[in-house]
This record gives sequence, C-alpha cells and structure tokens, in this order.
Amino acid sequence: MTAPGVEKVVIVGAGPAGIRAAERLVQAGVRPIVIDEGIKAGGQIYRRPPPGFARSPEQLYGSEARKAVALHTVFDRMLAAGQIDYHPQSSVLTIAGSFLQALTPAGRKDFTYDRLILATGAMDRLAPVPGWQAPGVYSLGAAQIALKAQGVALGSRIVLAGSGPLLTLVAIQLLKAGAQIAAVLDTSSIRDQAAGLPGMLARPSLVLRGLPMRARLGRLYHAGVTLDRIETDERGPVGLCWRDARGRAHVTECDMVGLGWHLRAETQLAGLAGCTFDYDESWSQWLPRTDRMGRAAAGLYLAGDGLRILGADGAEVAGRLAATACLADMDLPSPHATSDLRRLGRYERFARAMARAFPWPGDIVRAVPDDTIVCRCEGVTAGQLRESVVYGGGEANRVKSLARVGMGRCQGRYCQLAAAELIAGTACIKVCDTGRLREQAPVRPLPIGLWVRDT
Amino acid sequence: MTSELQPAALGGRIVRLAEKGRPQVRFRLDGLDCQALAGDTVLTAVLVCASAVRQSEFGREKRSGFCLMGACQDCWIWQEDGSRLRACSTLVAAGMQLRTVPPEIWP
Ligand SMILES: Cc1cc2nc3c(=O)[nH]c(=O)nc-3n(C[C@H](O)[C@H](O)[C@H](O)COP(=O)(O)OP(=O)(O)OC[C@H]3O[C@@H](n4cnc5c(N)ncnc54)[C@H](O)[C@@H]3O)c2cc1C
Ligand code: FES
Repeated sequence: MTAPGVEKVVIVGAGPAGIRAAERLVQAGVRPIVIDEGIKAGGQIYRRPPPGFARSPEQLYGSEARKAVALHTVFDRMLAAGQIDYHPQSSVLTIAGSFLQALTPAGRKDFTYDRLILATGAMDRLAPVPGWQAPGVYSLGAAQIALKAQGVALGSRIVLAGSGPLLTLVAIQLLKAGAQIAAVLDTSSIRDQAAGLPGMLARPSLVLRGLPMRARLGRLYHAGVTLDRIETDERGPVGLCWRDARGRAHVTECDMVGLGWHLRAETQLAGLAGCTFDYDESWSQWLPRTDRMGRAAAGLYLAGDGLRILGADGAEVAGRLAATACLADMDLPSPHATSDLRRLGRYERFARAMARAFPWPGDIVRAVPDDTIVCRCEGVTAGQLRESVVYGGGEANRVKSLARVGMGRCQGRYCQLAAAELIAGTACIKVCDTGRLREQAPVRPLPIGLWVRDT
Repeated sequence: MTSELQPAALGGRIVRLAEKGRPQVRFRLDGLDCQALAGDTVLTAVLVCASAVRQSEFGREKRSGFCLMGACQDCWIWQEDGSRLRACSTLVAAGMQLRTVPPEIWP
C-alpha cells in the first residue's frame, strides 16, 4: 500500500513507456499500481517468451537486445523489491471517474486511483484487402509475435504486404529464423520513401540499420505495389494477386499472408477517460490531445505509442516525462525535463518522416470493390457501408449503428480507419469530418457470465 | 489414450522454427489426442495440428486468430465444458479439452 497522504497512481501498460514511468515514480518514493495484459512485462517490442524458452536476448531482440535487457531488469528489480504493485495478465476494461475495472486471472477487480498514466501502446494499422477475412491471414505484428514469443512461423510459404518499418523488419527476422518468405510487397512507392528520407535523417543510426535490411531482401521486395486480392480455399490463402509499380499483374503462391500498414495508437481507454482527440493528417488517425509532457486532463497522463507512434525509444522517454508531470502535479520533486523534451522532438521529426515515407493507402482503400469485407468480425462489406452512407450520411457513429461496422468483437480496432476512408469517399468529405468512433466499455469483450457473477 | 494420435489428417498451419526442446504437453482437440510443447499458447498448440480454432459466426470461413496480441478477439476457442478461452493469450495446459465447434452441437 502507498503511504497515507501519498496519492494513488495507476499505470496501465508495462511496455517501455509504462516501465519507465513506473521507474521514475519509484525513484520519487511513490509505489504505483501497474496493470498489464502481458504474461510478463515488456510490452510489444520487448515481449518476453513464456518460461522455459531458451533463445538469448540477442536472438530475440537483435540490435535492441541491450535495451530489452535493461528494461526487463529495471522492472524485475522494482517488482522484487516490492516497489510496485503489479497485476499481470490483467485487462483494464472500463474507466469512469477515478475508478477502473480490470479482468484478472482471479476474476474482476476494481481499482481506485488519484492519478492515471495510460501507456497502452499501439497495434497494427490494417487496410482491407479482398479475401483478408480468410483464416491464415494475419497482421504483420502477429507474424512477429509468433516468432518472438513462440518460435513459430504462421505458415510455410509467407507473403508479407502493407507498408511501414515493420514490413522489412519482420521479413528479415523471419528469414533469419528459417521461415520461407515468398514476397514482401510494399504499397509505398520509391518516390514516397525518398520523400521521407530527409526527415528520417533525424535518426541516422536507424536509417543505417534499415537500408541493409532492405538490401538483404533483394528481389523478394517490391515497392509501389497494388494489392488486388487474396485467393483462398477453405483452409486459407493460396495466393496473393498484386500489380507491380508498372502495373504488371502477378500472383504469388502462399499459405499465409501478413498484412499491416504501420501502427495505430490504442486509444480506447484514453477515450473512456475523457481525452480530447484531434485528427492527425500525417499519421492518418485520431490521436489524443496532451501537453508536451503527456498531460491530457487533471490527473490523466498518456505516454508511448498510445499517444504518438514514436517507437520504443520514444516510448521510454515519454514514459519518463509523463511520470515527471505526475510528480510535479503532486508537488513532489521531479527531475528536469528539458533534455528529454528535446530528444522527444527529434524522435517526432523522425516518426513523421517515417509516416510520410510509408503512408496509409487511403486511395487504395477507397477503391476496394463492393464485396470486400471491411469488418472481419461480422463480415460487413464495403458495399453495405457505402450504402448506409447514401441513406444515413457521412458520420462514423451513425454508419456504425446502421451498418454495424465497428460493432464487432474487435470494437473497430481493425476496421475503423478503413471505414472512415470509405465514408469520406462516398460522402465526398474529408476523413477528419467523418467524426471519431466513440468507444464503449468494456474495451475487451469478456465472458458475460464472469461479469455478472462478480458484480 | 493412444500415444501417437497426432491428427495429421487435419493438417496444421504453424511451422516450428526454434525452441523445439521444450517438454511435451498432451491435450485433446475435438476428441483427438494432440501434443504441444510447454509454453505454447493454445493458439500455437491448436494450429500446429489443425488449420483453425473455430467456425466463424458470421461468415463461411473458419477462424485462426489474427493479431496474436489480444486485440482482435478472433481466436476464441471452445472448451469441452462449454466455456471459451482466448487462444492467443492463454498457455496450453496438460489435459485441456478443446473444441473447434461448441460442445452443444457436437454430435
Ligand atoms: C505487434 C507489434 C510489433 C512491434 N514490433 C516492433 C519492433 O520489432 N521494433 C520496433 O522498433 N517497434 C515495434 N513495434 C512498435 C513498438 O512496440 C513500440 O514502439 C513500443 O513497444 C511502444 O512502447 P509502449 O510502452 O508505448 O507500448 P507497448 O510496448 O505496446 O506496451 C503496451 C502495453 O500495454 C498493455 N495494454 C494495452 N491495453 C491494455 C489494457 N486495456 N489493459 C491492460 N494492459 C493493456 C499491452 O498488453 C502492452 O503490454 C511493434 C508494435 C506492435 C503493435
Ligand atoms: S488473435 Fe487477436 S485476440 Fe487472439
């Protein structure tokens, strides 16, 4: 328990942002509650395999092994010393006032707090490709998680498609591990990528690491492609039909397709907690509004990819900054933030350049045929969505209630950006004018029996 | 229980690339004996021997997970007792009785 008189701070998420936030609070004598869904702390990039796995940090995290080990060590030390109150494998489902509910392995658990730091990270940003509802089509991140946390490939002949830094990275990681990759298809053109390059030089070491990876992919890699459809049989993908930058048609045989267009911030809890959002043109998504330290509202702080997609290093810095703001607001001594703020500014320049180099394929999404499934959860098609816009107008929440897109079990996480694009295209308005989907609790569906039993 | 009853006829989709030396764990899938390795998620365990975890409720296609990070909820699988679990974030345990179809409608 935190000493009397000291405010209660809850951190949601134990990735780089959440861990560094916890560390800073602990250094100031605060004992935060840390709630995280993972089996072990580490978050996405520094995800740790379950007990009993034997690969070294170098094998798991490559060039980032040192950072991964440092972060895990910091966390494990705080835990061993009783400096944090840690709840692993626990999903926060709803937030209201100064109260949140989580589903833990022992059932539902309620927490109260005075201050809340949300470090919920990001997920793959998906665009619909005809056929993507088939089993055996996965997110790009899933392919990486399978490899990192389980040592497996999700298919025996893999096509990775989409755009963004993960595309090349995951391909290289899979190849190194011995997986068979049939093609790496990037919807971003060489021209887009060149346009992003000057800004990306804000972090030259990352560019220097990325270019040889791309070179290693050699003829597997194609830029500026158009994805036509995934051919499937009842088991899943059998081929991916695509056109190259010159418009020539190709079919690549495969039994697994990994799709992803960079990342999308996980902002559901931020929405429930009352954040204001702005549509960000360079990241093509709605992002929470905060000050530079991560303050969103009184007692509410955001950090990491759940606020801005700045990557793992940026998440560590943002976690420290959010905790620093939290300490300052509690009138506790807090370190200077100047150099961290400067560093974050540099990471942001890099990240925006990256977003420019690997853009969201808005035009491709607008052009998908009517029978393309947009909502994988409930099978809603682009045609149904367009039709509902014709009847009901171009407002995202209204389209959701008419066409059910965004109502499925992923709660719109994987369809809402594409839906917004289709709505905007049909209604001839800008994406930001379609409005933001309101989130609903619980942010993860749960067995209803459990909820009722524990209430 | 017969020992070597890997339902190879079903055909898995996952390929093991590393970490193959872990102890074996036995579980049942649709009444057949299957083997997994300790530390496998239920999703890994099932997709090593079968191509899907469930029939889709809304379409003709089957489901085999999508995000592997607890965000899409595509990977729910039935257990013999009628409960369901999220396969990508639950580790397989010896003796688990899993079903790709709800137990009530199982013949
Ligand atoms: C699948 C995937 C793979 C990635 N791979 C790479 C990579 O290889 N290299 C790279 O540089 N970057 C990668 N990234 C980006 C990288 O993960 C991030 O930049 C970095 O991890 C961000 O740190 P974070 O602390 O903000 O969030 P994360 O590391 O994502 O941590 C967020 C944590 O919050 C938890 N959480 C979220 N919602 C809830 C909730 N409701 N209740 C409880 N806990 C919750 C999550 O389980 C997670 O542990 C990847 C991102 C994704 C999504
Ligand atoms: S695969 Fe997405 S929640 Fe399990």
